[in-house]
Amino acid sequence: MSKQRLPVLWALICLLLFSVSSAGAYNYPFDDRYVATVLSTPAEYAEVLPAEVPVKIETINMFPERKVPGILWNLEEMRYSYIKQDGPAPLIFLIAGTGASFNSAKMQIMQKAFYRAGYHVVSITSPTHPNFIVAASTSGVPGYLEEDSADLYRVMQTIWQKLEKKIEVTDFNLTGYSLGAAQSAFIAKIDEQEKAFNFRKVLLINPPVSLYNSVLILDEMLEHNIPGGVDNFSAFYNRLIAAFSDTYAHGQDVKFNDQFLYKTYEHRKPSSDEPLEALIGLDFRISSANMVFTSDVLTKAGYVVPKNLVLKRHDRVTDYSKVLTRLSFLDYFRGLFMPHFQAKDPGLTEVDMIKRTSLRQIEDYLRNSSKFGLIHNEDDIIMLPGEVDYLRDVFGSRAQIFPHGGHCGNMGYPDNIAAMVGFFTNAKN
Amino acid sequence: MFNMTNYKLRAVIMALDGLALLFACGCSVTPKPDPNIAYEAPRHKLEDTLKESVKYEVDVYDPLEGFNRRAYTFNYYFDKFLFLPIVKTYEFITPDYVEDRVSSFVDNVFEFNNFTNNLLQLKFKQTGITLARFVVNTTVGVAGLWDPATHWSMPRQAEDFGQTLGHYGVGNGPYLVLPIFGPSNLRDTTGLVTDSVAFSLAGPPAWVDDDTTTLVFNGVAAVDKRHRQDFRYYRTGSPFEYDMIRMLYTAKRKIEIAK
Repeated sequence: MSKQRLPVLWALICLLLFSVSSAGAYNYPFDDRYVATVLSTPAEYAEVLPAEVPVKIETINMFPERKVPGILWNLEEMRYSYIKQDGPAPLIFLIAGTGASFNSAKMQIMQKAFYRAGYHVVSITSPTHPNFIVAASTSGVPGYLEEDSADLYRVMQTIWQKLEKKIEVTDFNLTGYSLGAAQSAFIAKIDEQEKAFNFRKVLLINPPVSLYNSVLILDEMLEHNIPGGVDNFSAFYNRLIAAFSDTYAHGQDVKFNDQFLYKTYEHRKPSSDEPLEALIGLDFRISSANMVFTSDVLTKAGYVVPKNLVLKRHDRVTDYSKVLTRLSFLDYFRGLFMPHFQAKDPGLTEVDMIKRTSLRQIEDYLRNSSKFGLIHNEDDIIMLPGEVDYLRDVFGSRAQIFPHGGHCGNMGYPDNIAAMVGFFTNAKN
Repeated sequence: MFNMTNYKLRAVIMALDGLALLFACGCSVTPKPDPNIAYEAPRHKLEDTLKESVKYEVDVYDPLEGFNRRAYTFNYYFDKFLFLPIVKTYEFITPDYVEDRVSSFVDNVFEFNNFTNNLLQLKFKQTGITLARFVVNTTVGVAGLWDPATHWSMPRQAEDFGQTLGHYGVGNGPYLVLPIFGPSNLRDTTGLVTDSVAFSLAGPPAWVDDDTTTLVFNGVAAVDKRHRQDFRYYRTGSPFEYDMIRMLYTAKRKIEIAK
């Protein structure tokens, strides 16, 4: 960090952050990275945020001419939300993580925290979510960081055109978590050229360094942690149901939400990380299946659905879900994603693509632009050994790395909310 | 009294007719390949990936899938254009505190079904708790507007006739998506109808014996229940939402019956 000529202001913020974080130990409740990732921050430990904020939900369609097969009928309009402050205020765009919508639990935490801090908040669904793929993805084949970020940038401009008349904005800011953080970095780079927003500050929360590496980790998490492999999912699922039944018998209503999961965990603490890893892998596999099916049907890729079979609104698709939950993200990468981009650019190799879908691709920019901040966890499960250190090196004093929290598990914890919001508000100039 | 019962029986018979109709119009929906088109095999064929020996949890017995998927969409529109606007209006004009009192009141009235079903399952302790809850909440809790019983270690013992049937070994039967009511199956639909009949013939509506009161209560209960349910059709954005909900509904009922 000493190699960099940091503005004095930055050094000051840094000192401030250090003094804050060294003032008290970090007491996020879960030391286990998998437990943190699965359970996030239970209500009793979480920052108390406003119960309700005046969220408005609207829709846009970037490709009104697009012919959408009947089975995807309910995805043609892309939903997004905004929260408006009275009078002039800075605006922040939030980009959701893999498979998540503008309205995911983590997005709601961010919305409330930034609204409370005086920001207009615009929340955007991840390009890996079926709704984005159908209504806003140029290629219909998600995963190509540059292209998805360019799509996001166009979406942000379209939304801003609609809001311009209603909202008074003093400056623009950007943040995202997980994949949304990696995309935020690329969006900021695009904006340096196109200057539609001239972002004042951009915060990356738990970004992967290499999408490819992180995806492989998540693929394996499912395959290596269900005893007997994915074909034995049924036995795993039934043990899970038995654990839930137990929780229910002890007085919790059956609701498939975080609180119920937490109570189940408290009641029946697993003796190893295996079931937790399997759950993380399962969550990722389900998001992937949704994404890949949507892409396959939309682009007629012939991946699991025959190319020339048009699925209608009420057709049975259960068998495709069964096939897709047996296939990994790597299968998608090789069987749909690469062929799509190689058709446009025959010289493109897997190695090129793996390089391009990494923050290393824009390292110089990230290293030298003072608008960036990074929040990450030392024990994030989607990072290979050395990747957190790489980010620490690139972002230097602009990085704040928490000792625990797994992948985004601590986003609702008071220290993390303070760090996230503080990054934007402490540096008002 | 006689006339009213008659009227109610008619309503029940009509409901059963509706159910029969529901079975009659179930139709297959596996996409029918057009015999004139040669389908190009996809990269990952079903027959290469799926194994006979593996049990897939997402498979739930659903012979009426064609009807069910349409009912699912119908419910989406019913919610969107009628039910949810009413619920939103209710939420807009009613303070949160009052909403909670209404929920508590509605739950207390329906303790009748918890009582009968705990009794039918010979769960005497739970039956006793339910009775005690009803007495405490109706008196101390001012006609059920508050729920002091829960704080006095008498939690709600939720049981319905679907669970009672399940308790005695009745299987799920075909999965059903009921118009307006949503995900169910033959066993639970039978339970729903039985509970409603018992409730209206022998429960609080019969005690009160006033059609208008019953009508108003049913309306309030319907709005209150939808208000407490945050499920929204097609909100996940997953193209497999129907399948996921079917799997989760089945799991949820399994959990509830196991208690």
